[in-house]
Amino acid sequence: MTRSKLISHVVKPLLFAVCLIPLLLLGIIDLGANPIETLTHHTGDWALRFLLITLAVTPLQKLTGIGEIVRVRRMLGLYAFFYAVLHAGIYFVLDQGLDFRAVVADVIERPYITIGFAVFLSLIPLAATSTNAMMRRLGGRRWKRLHRIVYLSALGAVVHFLWLVKADLREPLIYLAILLLLLAFRTAPLLTRFRSAVFSPDH
Amino acid sequence: MLIKKPDEIKSSELTDESVYKSRRRFLSAIAAATGLSIGGGYLLSGNAVGKPESNAKSDDARFADLPDGPYSTDEEVSEYSDVTTYNNFYELGTSKEAPARNAHQLITQPWSVTVSGECDKPGVYNLEDILDKQPLEDRIYRLRCVETWSAVIPWVGFSLADTLKRFQPNSKAKYVQFVTIHDPENLKTQNTRVLDWPYREGLRIDEAMHPLATLAVGMYGRILPNQNGAPLRLVVPWKYGFKSIKSIVAIHFTNEEPEATWNMLQPSEYGFYANVNPAVSHPRWSQSKERRLGEWLKRETLPFNGYAEQVAGLYSGMDLKKFF
Repeated sequence: MTRSKLISHVVKPLLFAVCLIPLLLLGIIDLGANPIETLTHHTGDWALRFLLITLAVTPLQKLTGIGEIVRVRRMLGLYAFFYAVLHAGIYFVLDQGLDFRAVVADVIERPYITIGFAVFLSLIPLAATSTNAMMRRLGGRRWKRLHRIVYLSALGAVVHFLWLVKADLREPLIYLAILLLLLAFRTAPLLTRFRSAVFSPDH
Repeated sequence: MLIKKPDEIKSSELTDESVYKSRRRFLSAIAAATGLSIGGGYLLSGNAVGKPESNAKSDDARFADLPDGPYSTDEEVSEYSDVTTYNNFYELGTSKEAPARNAHQLITQPWSVTVSGECDKPGVYNLEDILDKQPLEDRIYRLRCVETWSAVIPWVGFSLADTLKRFQPNSKAKYVQFVTIHDPENLKTQNTRVLDWPYREGLRIDEAMHPLATLAVGMYGRILPNQNGAPLRLVVPWKYGFKSIKSIVAIHFTNEEPEATWNMLQPSEYGFYANVNPAVSHPRWSQSKERRLGEWLKRETLPFNGYAEQVAGLYSGMDLKKFF
């Protein structure tokens, strides 16, 4: 079996199942004294984690030299969206009891919800343009440019977490550190290119 | 001749079923304790994690069949297992589950309280001295957290006012400050700078002298579990939960508004008064509604957590949007 087939026929289906574990866990773990809060935090945590995992694909590809890794990226990104939908849905339906006005007030008045809502909205066009047909329709370059939004989405998701925490910032700061590391991987080649363009004696 | 009809018995005079249940649990715990020959006063006990039935060594006959304290509610009390596993007690960890898990980090014996400041009887008081002559009551009060969850807890406690009066505060005592234990060797979170330790809270003296203001040593007919602030904590039911400081080691009478931990950390979010007020929104949470532990639907939050009739007079003439 070629590496390409191995990824498509073995790794990908396996990973698909693994990515459902956080959802299945909700049926197993003790939801505690405040189940709605547990559900909200759990799905929010996993939406953020999948965003970061998705952003780790490219660096991982570069580090390992295995180009085919990129074939699982779309699925991981869609899982991030999946958990974000659950997160937002639980907030809207269970936490706010479908009280539309209360949700609007929250989005307007509470900065962490404002940014959380913006992040959720930003993921919608990315999920919607994730099909092969949409990629073709947009064309590679435009599609790529659109999907750069994900950097802002991830940053927004970390800020959402930071602003929601009362005093102990340690956990969201760990996510911020991971995100900055993943972004640094992308800026490093840019910097080298910039440096060689500016300082190269050929110019 | 005036004969009281049976239907004139106030519902508050009847034992609530859940209270009855908790008393039953307590009695079975005592029975188990006797059977296991583990005696001793409750101060000799360790912490109480888990269900009441599972911890039999820590009770005292003084906690049984107590009269109801002032303004006790007859609302359904929250589950003991919820109230003991969902805690804000940063000394034992900053997540909701951590305090129950790390309860052993809090050493409650021996325990003394240092009384200082504007009073005629300052000094270091052993906990037993403070409890001495204090008749215990079942004080069943609503607790409303600023994070918009709430509970109904049958505290075992006594009047804060009666206790403070024994220290004879003088005319300069306009406020009273309380301080939580500072023991970074055992309380691991106190080695971080998550909060400016030790935890501090305060009340205006007239607030502290209100009959609803309570010092609690137990709940659900048994001693306080460590994660709930053993061995001595404040309960101020008309204020957000963070005012009800846990594991008190110092009481200080002062002329000026004392430092209060959350207020110091973020004055725009946590006021010194912190009265429950659905009309004053917190930057992170709308305070108009709350969710009772164990319930799915939110309910409306009441001004002063439903104790407006009793305490609103303390704040007449004050702009509660300014002094939130």
